[in-house]
Amino acid sequence: MKAARTSIRVTGLLAVVAACLTAGAVFAAAGETLTVQGSTTVGPIADAFAEAFMRKNPNLAITVTKTGSGDGAKALVDGQCDVAAMSRFMKEKEFKAAAEKGFLPVAHVVAMDGVCAVVHPSNPVSELSTEQIQQMYMGKITNWKELGGVDQKIVPISRDTSSGTYEVMNERVMDGKKMAPGVEYVTSNPDKHKRVSTTPGAIGYVGLGFVDEKVKALKVNGVMPNRQTIASGRYPIARPLYLWTRNYPELGSLIYRFVTFHLSEEGQEIIEAKGFVPITNY
Amino acid sequence: MARTTPADTQGRNAAASFDRPLRLTARQDLVGYAGSLAGRALLFLVAASSVLAVLLIFTFIIKEAIPFFLEGGTLSATLGRLAEVFGSTQWYPEQDPPEFGMLSLLAGSFYVTFGAVVVAVPLGLLTAVCLSDIFPFSVRQVAKPVVELLAAIPSVAYGFFAVMIVAPWMQKHLGLASGTNALNASIILAVMAVPTIVSVSEDALTATGRSLREGSYALGATRSETLVRVVIPAAHNGIIAAVILGMMRAIGETMVVWMAAGNAAQIPSPWWDLAQSVRTMTATIAGEMGETVHGSPHYRALFTIGLILLVFMFVLNMVTEWLLGRMRHVGGRT
Repeated sequence: MKAARTSIRVTGLLAVVAACLTAGAVFAAAGETLTVQGSTTVGPIADAFAEAFMRKNPNLAITVTKTGSGDGAKALVDGQCDVAAMSRFMKEKEFKAAAEKGFLPVAHVVAMDGVCAVVHPSNPVSELSTEQIQQMYMGKITNWKELGGVDQKIVPISRDTSSGTYEVMNERVMDGKKMAPGVEYVTSNPDKHKRVSTTPGAIGYVGLGFVDEKVKALKVNGVMPNRQTIASGRYPIARPLYLWTRNYPELGSLIYRFVTFHLSEEGQEIIEAKGFVPITNY
Repeated sequence: MARTTPADTQGRNAAASFDRPLRLTARQDLVGYAGSLAGRALLFLVAASSVLAVLLIFTFIIKEAIPFFLEGGTLSATLGRLAEVFGSTQWYPEQDPPEFGMLSLLAGSFYVTFGAVVVAVPLGLLTAVCLSDIFPFSVRQVAKPVVELLAAIPSVAYGFFAVMIVAPWMQKHLGLASGTNALNASIILAVMAVPTIVSVSEDALTATGRSLREGSYALGATRSETLVRVVIPAAHNGIIAAVILGMMRAIGETMVVWMAAGNAAQIPSPWWDLAQSVRTMTATIAGEMGETVHGSPHYRALFTIGLILLVFMFVLNMVTEWLLGRMRHVGGRT
């Protein structure tokens, strides 16, 4: 008898817990949702946009996941997200996959990003050419004294191949050539920032938004990376940042408002605050 | 339940009370038998589900990895692939044409594991010996949980510690160009492997029993002679198992090596220089799986790495199980 009573109690408790969980899920599902997935560079912009939207309309649920441009493209094609944040253009493979799924991806340029070559603040070198950077990453130049710096071994740090930042570096600086096997790899811009700020001989490349007083940005081909040079295209290693949608979004829908937010004054203020360059002047 | 007692057993009626009838009808017998069979089948399914999970994992990984070798279509292409995988150190999967030389990744895993074992085994073994034979029991009561606490720290915390504190320390005090290298990863992995080694070795040492030690003292041996010549050799099965378990922890660790080892796909030159950046198999899979297109050669190459890792761990696990079985037998435990 007692066993029966205990088992009834336990069953009742489990039922109550299950009911609470499902109730929570039901409440969460109410209201419009938008999922954004992709680049760790564009991620902070998407986060800030999401915050601005959700502040004006608390019923919205906008989630932003930052796992890399490649992941974002795949998620958009598979239907797992509504907007893909990417720091590079889609590859032919991705376009083909999208066409097979029955839609064409549309790019919306929201900001410009300069990929800055950064070194440790104690490094006296302040200017490099793209050829020199290429040689450093290919392992042909191994010591800072060959570039006019101190006698210190060069430690080149790169991003893993799924990164949009790496893609830009590959296109504009490496010219598709292989990096040396001794090049170290990290998974994200903040990780690289950490490595370069603690390693005197390091050279790395990060987005403009990640340059602060802990690392030193170099002039490339005589041009210092800042807002004007990046927006005008004078700085050689600059790239547009995209938000991709499946076909052109329906006018007035949440997706449309999200991907055109950068044209508004508030959107551009957010982009500037994150350290990127707005593409229009308001 | 019906309490039908046949007339011929009236003697037993007074002495005992049974819940079941003494003679079952044919139907009750069959129902009981079917019920016990069903119960056993259910328990078997539940137990088999974990075995099934392991088999499914193996099948899935093999299914995704084998096409990597069969891509060329001919036997020479397959052999060429095998030669490249186990012979070439060039890992450039995203180049055009891609190169899939996994030797540097295997070497990276080996360097990091070997370094971790070299640091962790003496440390762990001495700690276990101290805890089982030298320190008073009250110290053991406190120290063992504290050591096991080390195993509870998340590996990402270890990785962060390695990048932010150990790496700059190495750069400043050891004069290295880069602090994220095989040495850094080895030290952190050793710290992670020590709790496993201490725990299992200490159990092995304690399992040898008091009688062994007392017999040794009775024959006139000193404490150190007993420890070195009698106790540790008696527990050698368990100690080897502990070392292998610690080694498995080190090989399978992903987050720490991804952050602390630098991830350069190279074999250090000269070969003994642990202060150079290396890349392990686990870090390669973790770092590159996110981007690869499903079904591409790169994707399958990553599964091949996973297969190599799985087979290696499986073999180590089998050896450990066998050794632990022998340890329990020697120690008198079942």
